[in-house]
Amino acid sequence: MADPMRIRAQAAGDKVTVRVLMAHEMETGQRKDAAGKLIPAWYIQQVHAKLNGKDVLSAQWGPAVAKNPFLQFTVRGAKAGDKIAISWIDNHGDTRSDEVVVG
Amino acid sequence: MHTRRHALSASAKLALLLLGAGVLPAAAQAQAAGFNQAAFDAKSLADVMKALGASAPAASGDVTVSAPDIAENGAVVPVGASSLLPGVKRLLVLVEKNPSALSAIFEVSEMVDANFSTRVKMGQSSDVYAVAMMNDGRVLYAKKEVKVTLGGCGG
Repeated sequence: MADPMRIRAQAAGDKVTVRVLMAHEMETGQRKDAAGKLIPAWYIQQVHAKLNGKDVLSAQWGPAVAKNPFLQFTVRGAKAGDKIAISWIDNHGDTRSDEVVVG
Repeated sequence: MHTRRHALSASAKLALLLLGAGVLPAAAQAQAAGFNQAAFDAKSLADVMKALGASAPAASGDVTVSAPDIAENGAVVPVGASSLLPGVKRLLVLVEKNPSALSAIFEVSEMVDANFSTRVKMGQSSDVYAVAMMNDGRVLYAKKEVKVTLGGCGG
């Protein structure tokens, strides 16, 4: 299991700004190791965000997203006390889900 | 004498079996469903649009791409894509000169603003595109040149 995500969700008016920092290598499959062999690709392919259990955002990522990916987005019609859940799945099929309460 | 030869050949077979078992799981790689591999393999903006079944993109002032003028480290380049237009279906982030142009696809719903920030890798100085695919089929883009001092794709 991968390390937990760091999620911060701040309410301003009727909008909530969510910032997520995921812990992932995001290996492109183009780099070579010291022995000159290609390091196989290993990256997050899909990210999903839910507000109180309802899907609000889905994203597809390629290997060009930076290591330990950062994502910021804004949810409409959310308020303090709501629950934001983020999950990702990588090209090995590994997943990680984390949840945070809007502050 | 006969038993020793038998034992040798048996252990050789066992070693082969173990080797085979160790190699196979690495070859079988799980693919997530709903991931558009063709779009992420495409090399240019036009090819990405083709893979996504979209029309040719037009430059627009209603789409914004935010990125630094000069990125000192190509491994971590902050990029934002946004649009104030109503009816945005998808926002794409592309780096023209990366080995694969497409970096990220964001599916915009009614619950989120069409405004995303993330960080991408850039192999060399290149134009960065934000592409907005609208509900009515229009495809709009904005681009910005980012100079990279140190590439993020080398070993």
